[in-house]
Amino acid sequence: MDMEIALILGQDGITNGAIYALLALALVLVFAVTRVIFIQQGEFVAYGALTLAMMQGGTVPATVWLLLVMGVLVTALDGSAALRAGQVRRAAAVAGWNLVYPLALLAVLAGLPVNELPLAVQVLLTLGVVVPLGPMMYRLMYQPIASAPVLILLIVSVALHITMVGLGLLFFGAEGQRTPAFSDASFDLGPLMISGQTLWVLAVSSLLIVALYQFFERTLYGKALRATAINRVGARLMGISPTLAGKLTFFLAAFIGALSGVLIAPITTIYYDTGFLIALKGFVAAIIGGLASYPVAALGALIVGLLEAFASFWASAYKEVIVFTLIIPVLLWRSLNSRHVEEEE
Amino acid sequence: MTQTSITTPGNTGALNPVLEIKDLTVSYGKVEALTNASLTVGEGQIVTVIGPNGAGKTTMLSAIMGVLGSKGEVSFDGTLEIVPEVEHMVARGMTLVPEKRELFGEMSVEDNLTLGAFQRYRMGKRDQAQTLEEVYALFPRLKERRDQAAGTMSGGERQMLAVGRALMAKPKLLMLDEPSLGLAPLIVREIFRIIAELRRRGVSILLVEQNARAALQVADYAYVLETGQIAMQGPAHELADDPRVIEAYLGLGGKHQAMLST
Repeated sequence: MDMEIALILGQDGITNGAIYALLALALVLVFAVTRVIFIQQGEFVAYGALTLAMMQGGTVPATVWLLLVMGVLVTALDGSAALRAGQVRRAAAVAGWNLVYPLALLAVLAGLPVNELPLAVQVLLTLGVVVPLGPMMYRLMYQPIASAPVLILLIVSVALHITMVGLGLLFFGAEGQRTPAFSDASFDLGPLMISGQTLWVLAVSSLLIVALYQFFERTLYGKALRATAINRVGARLMGISPTLAGKLTFFLAAFIGALSGVLIAPITTIYYDTGFLIALKGFVAAIIGGLASYPVAALGALIVGLLEAFASFWASAYKEVIVFTLIIPVLLWRSLNSRHVEEEE
Repeated sequence: MTQTSITTPGNTGALNPVLEIKDLTVSYGKVEALTNASLTVGEGQIVTVIGPNGAGKTTMLSAIMGVLGSKGEVSFDGTLEIVPEVEHMVARGMTLVPEKRELFGEMSVEDNLTLGAFQRYRMGKRDQAQTLEEVYALFPRLKERRDQAAGTMSGGERQMLAVGRALMAKPKLLMLDEPSLGLAPLIVREIFRIIAELRRRGVSILLVEQNARAALQVADYAYVLETGQIAMQGPAHELADDPRVIEAYLGLGGKHQAMLST
């Protein structure tokens, strides 16, 4: 291997690592706040990428129908509960977000020539379709069992993952899709050619990480999520409802997932089931951070990305094996070093 | 155990009841931890519930707050809550400082306090900066330690933080579960001084304590809870003079176990 190849592999590794970092952060966040292991993160990646591809292909993305169905279910549950309690305004708000919004989105997607709109608008529409699926999923599947043991929540996640992969095949077909790059620009840096898309991925990931940091450090809602992660009972006594925290967390996770999908769609071909493997690498990174530490998880993601890139050069057949084997020494090291976490008091 | 010698018709000092519970019953499976408890807290009153370990004091507070499911009636600030729900109760002006304090250990003192105002912030009342200054005025120590992580503070400071955090919600009713537990005598005195000061500012307080002497001294009205039932009640100074209370809770020996078995 010469320097040039090493630089190219490094660039690949860092680009993928940035995506894994985002996914790892979302996994850590979801687990810390709700104790859910968010296996279906990968499906949000695939749904994001393929929804954008469908829009660009000139068809109404099928995911909007899923949004509508889930919206109807949420409206039926929460809207009727609010009406029974006599809270008309709340019922109207529920119906507005879960019924009127998907219908309006459907009208826009069916009515406008979406494939001729600028890319930025298409990306916004994609996020508008896929991201609300997150909080709706929390409402329908996790909220009724929010206090169940971690294992039960994990089983629900596995079931949702399998369902979403199946629906993905139904929505998008078995064909892989690749979307055009955000920009065709490329830069020469010595022997290295940096593509515009790489810069987009790095810029958006860094921006998002900084924004998340600001959200958790500076805003009361961000602090409320951290508080829920640290002490659920204490947070409840402050009036921070687990439902609100759960929905907000799933919103953020779905946003990160869908955005990651949009970002990597021009780099790799995405199939309906590609997301799982991508998210699994984010999961390896999250495990390196012990499902608890954000900085270590982000660092772990970069390691995973670089390891994957170099493994694909030296032993491409064993690329995935090498990446996932990383989990074993990490778990071993963690189990030898694990300290019992002191309870408050 | 039945209602005993003290036959006061109830908490008559409570002209304007802030909290009224009737026949509150809580069961863990088949075991009733609290049986038909009735209690009233009037506006501006300090009402204390004393009793031995395991009598159901914490259970009672949890049920009033909605942390635990219960049967019976809980009326707060003039409205009957059929099924109390924590977030709703906080929004209506009830706060609980639990026995374990439940602080956000890795977050700073100031963040802990700010989160106390979360429900008010959500309802659009963005006056937490001013409330924060008021709480700091009450607990100057917390201001000194505002940037320190809550988990690294001493027991007394943590109790102050827990009370301060609850006050950030500007409660009508503050419920304190064993605020003196595990604290040095000097700090206990400080805590009770603050409780009296809070009443002076118009906060109604429901105080659950094992330290019966201190609780009866500061309270207006008192209930004795034994094995899940209200065994006695009366104005605090009367209960403090009652021979049975003196023997079981104020005397030197821990004789209440013996009394329970007769």
